[in-house]
Amino acid sequence: MPKDGGIGASSKRREDIRFLTGEGNYTDDINLHGQAYVFFLRSDIAHGILNSVDTSAAETMPGVVKIFTGADFEAVGSIPCGWQITDKHGEVMQEPRHPVLAHGKVRHVGEPIAAVVAESLAEARDAAEAIVLDITDLPAVINMKEAVKEGATKVHDDLTSNLCYDWGFVEENKGAVDKAFEEAHHVTTLELVNNRLVANPMEPRVAVGDYARGTGDHTLYTTSQNPHVIRLLMGAFVLGIPEHKLRVVAPDVGGGFGTKIFHYQEEAFCTFAAKACNRPVKWTSSRSEAFMLDAHGRDHVTKIQMALDKDNNFTALRTDTYANMGAYLSTFAPSVPTWLHGTLMAGNYKTPLIYVNVKAVFTNTVPVDAYRGAGRPEATYQLERLVDKCAHELGVDPIALRRQNFITEFPYATPVAVEYDTGDYVATMDKLEEISDMAGFAARRKASEAKGKLRGFGVNCYIEACGIAPSNLVGQLGARAGLYESATVRVNATGGLVVMTGSHSHGQGHETSFPQVIAEMIGIPEDMIEIVHGDTANTPMGMGTYGSRSLAVGGSAMVRATEKIIAKAKKIASHLLEASEGDIELKDGAFSVAGTDKSVAWGDVTLAAYVPHNYPLEDIEPGLEETAFYDPSNFTYPSGAYACEVELDPETGHVTIERFSAADDFGNIVNPMIVTGQVHGGLAQGIGQALMENCTYDSDGQLLSASYMDYAMPRASDLPFYTVDHSCQTPCTHNPLGVKGCGEAGAIGSPPAVVNAVLDAMRSGGKDVGHIDMPVTPARVWAAMNS
Amino acid sequence: MYNFDVEKPTSIADAVKALGREEAQPMSGGQTLIPTLKARLAMPSVLVSLKGIAEMQGICTDDAGRICIGGGTVHAVVAKEAAAQYPALAGLAARIGDPAVRNRGTIGGSVANNDPSACYPAAVLASGATIVTNAREIAADDFFEGMFATALDEGEIITEVKFPIPEKAHYEKFIQPASRFPLVAVYVAKFADGVRVAVTGASENGVFRWTEAEDALSGNFSADAVAGLKIDGSGMIGDLHGTGDYRAHLIGVMTKRAVAALA
Ligand SMILES: Cc1cc2nc3c(=O)[nH]c(=O)nc-3n(C[C@H](O)[C@H](O)[C@H](O)COP(=O)(O)OP(=O)(O)OC[C@H]3O[C@@H](n4cnc5c(N)ncnc54)[C@H](O)[C@@H]3O)c2cc1C
Repeated sequence: MPKDGGIGASSKRREDIRFLTGEGNYTDDINLHGQAYVFFLRSDIAHGILNSVDTSAAETMPGVVKIFTGADFEAVGSIPCGWQITDKHGEVMQEPRHPVLAHGKVRHVGEPIAAVVAESLAEARDAAEAIVLDITDLPAVINMKEAVKEGATKVHDDLTSNLCYDWGFVEENKGAVDKAFEEAHHVTTLELVNNRLVANPMEPRVAVGDYARGTGDHTLYTTSQNPHVIRLLMGAFVLGIPEHKLRVVAPDVGGGFGTKIFHYQEEAFCTFAAKACNRPVKWTSSRSEAFMLDAHGRDHVTKIQMALDKDNNFTALRTDTYANMGAYLSTFAPSVPTWLHGTLMAGNYKTPLIYVNVKAVFTNTVPVDAYRGAGRPEATYQLERLVDKCAHELGVDPIALRRQNFITEFPYATPVAVEYDTGDYVATMDKLEEISDMAGFAARRKASEAKGKLRGFGVNCYIEACGIAPSNLVGQLGARAGLYESATVRVNATGGLVVMTGSHSHGQGHETSFPQVIAEMIGIPEDMIEIVHGDTANTPMGMGTYGSRSLAVGGSAMVRATEKIIAKAKKIASHLLEASEGDIELKDGAFSVAGTDKSVAWGDVTLAAYVPHNYPLEDIEPGLEETAFYDPSNFTYPSGAYACEVELDPETGHVTIERFSAADDFGNIVNPMIVTGQVHGGLAQGIGQALMENCTYDSDGQLLSASYMDYAMPRASDLPFYTVDHSCQTPCTHNPLGVKGCGEAGAIGSPPAVVNAVLDAMRSGGKDVGHIDMPVTPARVWAAMNS
Repeated sequence: MYNFDVEKPTSIADAVKALGREEAQPMSGGQTLIPTLKARLAMPSVLVSLKGIAEMQGICTDDAGRICIGGGTVHAVVAKEAAAQYPALAGLAARIGDPAVRNRGTIGGSVANNDPSACYPAAVLASGATIVTNAREIAADDFFEGMFATALDEGEIITEVKFPIPEKAHYEKFIQPASRFPLVAVYVAKFADGVRVAVTGASENGVFRWTEAEDALSGNFSADAVAGLKIDGSGMIGDLHGTGDYRAHLIGVMTKRAVAALA
C-alpha cells in the first residue's frame, strides 16, 4: 500500500504547480528599476594575441552607459579554482590566471574581450560591433596528445607546458600493478574516448548585479546550484567584497546538471559593473552562448587494461587517461578526472591492485568541469566496457564474469582509497535479470531478424560515490572548501515549520521530499512544512546541490536540526504535562506521557514556546528554532545493474533502444516517484551521450556542434519506456536517513549498457569490431559494419 | 537583429511594389529567415511579409488535374488538405520539423530557400512541378541551381506551386539526428510515362535527380532494379553527421525502400 504522506510516500511535487503554470520566478524574471544590459564582445578565434581593443567609436554609440575591457579588471582577482591536485611527483598542479575579461591573449572561442553596458541589449550589441580589435592569430591547441608533446604551442605562456598535472593513483601501487600484469594469464586492453558533452539545461544562465550606494551592499541574482559557494568564491577571491556586504540569490533555477555549480565571469562582471555604473546590470545568456560557454562535460581519452588469472579472476587494473581541462580551470575541474574518477575504478569488483594515471591538459577550448555524474560516468564506462571485452575475449558470459568478481562482503576497502559501507551487487543483478526479461531475449532477437534487423543485449554494473562528502577527507584531497550541509528549522507559534536549507533545488523536488522527512519525524501533515532555499540572506551557509548530496547531506542536517527541535519541544511538553522529560513520547503530532492518557498537541507546545506564560523560563529559552551543520563521515555508495536492448538496422546503421531496465540500490527511499523521475532523467542523458550527443571542435578550435542543428539532444521519441526498480535497498550506515542519493545514477550507469548492446547486435550480424566510440551514430555504426 | 521596416501587403502586386525598395526581402513563415536575422547574418532594410496575401493561400486543382498550392500555404495545411489527392506530398509536409514549424513555415519559403537538406525541393523536382511566380512559370528542372541557389530573380515571389499527380509516389527520409532535417531523403514518383527520382540532403549541389535510378525503374519498377546501383560519394556533403560515402550509400537504401513501399 502506498503511504499518503511521510517517508516512502509518492507525494506529488508541490513545486510543479508554479513551474507548470508559468508562476516560477527565474533569474531572467527579475528586472530591477533602472537596469542596464550587458553584451559581451567575444572572441571568434580560439587562440590569439590581443594587441589592442579600441572602444572609442563604440563609446559614442546611442544608449551606451559604459564599456569595459580587460584593462579594467587588472586589479581584480582571477576566477578561482576550488580544488588543487598534487601530482605524482608531489608537485601542485599548474594553475593559470583566469581573467574576468581577456587581457593580452584570447584562449578559446567565446572568451569575453569587452563588455558593453547600455540602456538596451540591442544598443549594447550595436555598440559592441563598433569595437575594433587587433588580434594576431596563434595556432590552436586542440588535440590533447599533441598538446603535451615537447615544443607544442602553449595555451598559457607563463606555464611550463600544457600539462596541468600528471596524477598517479595510488602511486605506491604502480610497481605491484605492473608486476601483476607481467604475471597475468590474460590481459585485455581497450582504448576509448569519453565524448565531450554540453549540459544544456532548459534555462540558460542569467546574472543580474545590483549595488546600493547608500549602504554599500551588493546583490547578485544568478542561476546557480550553490549561491553560498558563489558568494564565497566571488566575494573573497575575485572582487574582494566581504560576505556580509554581498548577497547571492539563486531563485528558481531551470536545471543545472553540474554546469551551474561553477563561478563564471559573467557573475563577477555584473556584480562589478553594477557598482561601477551605479545601476543594476543584467546579462542573459543566449542559447548560442550556452553551447559555447557553459562548462562542458567529460572529454577523456583513455587506455585501460585488465589482468586476469587462469580462473578469470581480476588480478589488476591500470588506466591511462588524458582529461581535457579547456583553456582555464573551472571551479571543480581538477577534481573530476582524479578524485571523482580514480577512486571509483574498483567498480563493483574485488580487483586487488589498481593504478590510475591521469594527465590533465590545457587546450584552446572552453573549460570542462562536472556534468551529471562527473568522473564517475567516465570510470564506469571504461571499466564496464572493459569487463565486457574481457568476457568476449575469454569466451565467457559477461554476466557470469561480473558475478564471479563481485565484491560480496561489506564494509569493503578498495585499493583506491575508499570504503564502501554497504551494497548487494548480486541482488541488483538478480533483479535486473528478472525485470529485463532476459529469458525472452532470444525470441525477441528472432522477431527482429525476421524484419531484417539485428538485436543486441548489453548489461553493466555501476557504483558511485555520492553525498559528497567528509570535509576533512576532501580537504586532504585538495578541496579548497568544506562539504558539509546546513539547515535551520524555524517552528512558528501555530506549529508550522520553515526549513532554511543550504541545499538548492533546481528541479530535484526538495520542496516536496524534504517536508516528507519532517512530517514523518513529528507526525504532522507535509503541508505544515515549507522549504526555503537559494538566498544567502535567509539560509545558513551551505555548500549547495551536486554529487547527489542533497538528501544524504542536506537532508541529514535537517534531521539533526529537527532532532534538536523535538528535544526542546519535549522539555516544554514535560513542563506542560507536569511529567518527567524521559517519559514524554512524540507520536502523530502529539506529546504524551508514557503509560498514561495525558497528552498535549504539537501546536500547543509550539504556541507555548512563543507565548511563554506557563513556561520553564528559568531552564529553557523561549522560541523554537534550531540550526544544524552536518558533515558526513564517508561518501555514500549507490550501486546497481542496467540492461539495454537495441535494434540495429544493418543497412543504415541506425540504432533504436527497444528496452532499458535499471535495478538500483539507493538505500532508503523517501519519495519513490521522485526517485523514479531522477532515474528517468539520468537515463535520458546517459543514452543521449551513448547514442547522440557530441560536442566537437575543429582543428582551429571552432565549435562545430554549436546549436541544436548539429548537437543532437535526445527527445522523447528516441527513448523507450524504462523499467525502473529500486526495491533492492541496503541502507547507508552512516547518515541518519540511510539514504544514498539517486540523482546521477542513470547518467552514470547507462552508457556502457548501450554500447555493449550495440556491439552484441553487430556480433550477431557477424561483425565483431571489439569497440565503437560514443556517440554510436548511424554513420559510425555503418562505417564499423563495413570496416 | 538589426532594425528594419515591416510591410504587410495584401496583394501580390503590392508585395512586388514593396520589394522594389532597396534591401527589401520577402518573409513568409520566418522559420529560416528569423533565426538568420537574430544571428545578425542578414541586414534587410524592409521585410515584406507575404502572410497577409489571400491569393497565395490554400490548395486547389486546376484543369490539367494538377494540385496547386499557394506559395504562402503552411506545411500543416498541405499535410491535411493534400492528403486525399496526393498522400506522398501530404506525408512529406506532415513530417517537416515540429508542429510550430509546420504551422508557420510555407512551401514558398522552403522552395525559395532551397536548403540542400530541405524536404519540399525533392517533391517539387520528382513530381516535375511548376513554380509559379509573380512574373512567370518555371519548370522544376530549371528552378534549382545548387545549394541555396534558384532561378528566382531579385524581388521575385513564388506565388504558387503546381504538382502533376503521379500514379504513385513515396518519400523516404533518413533524419539527421540533431536537426531532424533529412540526412538523405529520396522522393520517387511513378508516372505513366516514366519514373522520377529526386534526392535531397546528400549533394553539395543541393537537390538533384538520380537519372540512373530513374532509367532502371522506368524499365522495371521494383526494389531489385535499384538494388545493385551505386552512386559515387565524391561531391556529397561530408560533415559531423556522415561522410560523403555514407550519404551516397544511404541514397541507394532510401531509393530501394521508397520503391519497396510502393510495390
Ligand atoms: C526547428 C525547425 C525544423 C525544420 N525542419 C525541417 C525539415 O525537416 N524539413 C524541411 O524541409 N524544412 C525544415 N525546416 C524549415 C521549414 O520548412 C521552413 O518553413 C522553410 O525552410 C522556410 O519557410 P518559411 O515560410 O518559414 O520561409 P522564411 O523563413 O520566411 O523565408 C525563407 C527564405 O525564403 C524567402 N521567401 C520566403 N517566402 C518566399 C516566397 N513566397 N517567394 C520567394 N521567396 C520567399 C525569404 O526571403 C527567405 O530568404 C525546419 C525549420 C525549423 C525552424
